[in-house]
Amino acid sequence: MSKNAIIAGLVVFVATALFPFWFNIGGSNAAPEIELSERAKAARYCVLEKYDMRAEHMSLLDEWRDSVVRDADRLYKGTNGKSFNMSLSTGEDSCLGCHTDKEKFCDRCHNFVSVAPYCWECHTTPEEVTR
Amino acid sequence: MIHSRRSFIKAAGVSVLAIGAAPAIKAVAASGSGAASLPSKTRRPEAFSAKRWGMAIDCRRMNGDIAGNIVKACRKANNVPDFSHKPDEDKYPGLRPPKKDQELKWIWEESYHHAFPEMEDEFLADKFKSMPFLVTCNHCKNAPCVQACPTRATFKREDGVVMMDFHRCIGCRFCMAACPFGARSFNFRDPKPFIPEINPDFPTRSKGVVEKCNLCAGRLAKGLQPACVEASEGTIVVGDLEDPGSEIRALLKENYAIRRKQELGTEPSVYYIM
Ligand code: HEC
Ligand code: HEC
Ligand code: HEC
Repeated sequence: MSKNAIIAGLVVFVATALFPFWFNIGGSNAAPEIELSERAKAARYCVLEKYDMRAEHMSLLDEWRDSVVRDADRLYKGTNGKSFNMSLSTGEDSCLGCHTDKEKFCDRCHNFVSVAPYCWECHTTPEEVTR
Repeated sequence: MIHSRRSFIKAAGVSVLAIGAAPAIKAVAASGSGAASLPSKTRRPEAFSAKRWGMAIDCRRMNGDIAGNIVKACRKANNVPDFSHKPDEDKYPGLRPPKKDQELKWIWEESYHHAFPEMEDEFLADKFKSMPFLVTCNHCKNAPCVQACPTRATFKREDGVVMMDFHRCIGCRFCMAACPFGARSFNFRDPKPFIPEINPDFPTRSKGVVEKCNLCAGRLAKGLQPACVEASEGTIVVGDLEDPGSEIRALLKENYAIRRKQELGTEPSVYYIM
């Protein structure tokens, strides 16, 4: 008797439940193109392997800052045999010393995944200083 | 082929030996190639180190000009804002004017009667009345701020430096209440507009954290003297208080020196040579 009402209700329910899926159909979800700076291209190596960097750079930075500020150890020798002065943005072998264009590298990826590290409230980017 | 018990036991023995030797062989092979070792974190070879850092300020040779240069050098090296600086109108439009009593200070000039209030005397020699006394964090041996900090953002390094980990500071200001020397300042607002020229070698701070002198820990780690020492024309010496052969110990041995509020028992590491 109320078969039609039930079916209509089901249709509405299924449509609502699947909203996230059909809403995103057709949208462009391609990962952003990140650009390596000239300096990084020339160096060809990062602190860890590329995929480890992608997955672990936040905890690497966390380790670095504890080491520098709390243990006074500032020199990092990586598994790739390279040494780095552990720093987010001071000096040529810091993250931003090599990845010189923060907007085209860090920010592009972060914007895509909606993370906004608060580090830049204090740490200065090289462009900010020269501007 | 006939398998005797004897040959079976021989073969088994050799196999066990081989398995047992594998780790040793691997270790030898790895030490040869070296590249794939674990990451390490160490001091830089050029870093200055000490058992307990201390500072001696020679008040006999200090004057207003030198003191002014020292304060300026400290501000510059550590990105300490200067509230007398006029912010760039284009970059920071519509800022409210700064309040003088919210100033940020790492090292600054004080009169005798503020620096040594318990040593005031009716008949104090005139020369002390006009002398500038530079005051800063005393990097106390028994630092009350360290005990007050609920997040361990302020802590005592092994080498005696009382450090701040800005990443952990929650801005509760217990440390400011605990410090008997007023050596700490709170960022009531974003300090960046008031930094005339940002030094890229040191991060700035943000609204809501406390800050103070860190004895230029970053410069010491690079084998550089603290910025105040560099600007002091020899009136400030920073060195190892626990090393009897150090320059600072020689100075303290030969001259009369006092410390601020010694009676409180915090054991300041900053000495004033009178
Ligand atoms: C000496 C230069 C250099 C330094 C210093 C450096 N990087 Fe890199 N980084 C590179 C290069 C080159 C690549 C690309 C590696 C590749 O393609 O195999 C890279 C890759 C990366 C990636 C992965 C990008 C991707 O394609 O997914 C991240 C994330 C990253 N770096 C973050 C950092 C951070 C964070 C720091 C500081 C802790 C840092 N890098 C320090 C040169 C550097
Ligand atoms: C390939 C993409 C990618 C690139 C390039 C990249 N990041 Fe990230 N980053 C991420 C992701 C994803 C997260 C969030 C991880 C999480 O929340 O678990 C993140 C998180 C962080 C965090 C921690 C933020 C927080 O709030 O905890 C820091 C710090 C950071 N990134 C620094 C950098 C810096 C500096 C660079 C440039 C040198 C950089 N990242 C480049 C993907 C990237
Ligand atoms: C409240 C200000 C502030 C914020 C926010 C902040 N830092 Fe720092 N950071 C500092 C200061 C000050 C130092 C001290 C540098 C020194 O002693 O040489 C420092 C040091 C560091 C260091 C080691 C030395 C260097 O020059 O980089 C790393 C790595 C670091 N911070 C990473 C981070 C990361 C990652 C974030 C964000 C997730 C962050 N910081 C957020 C103020 C801040």
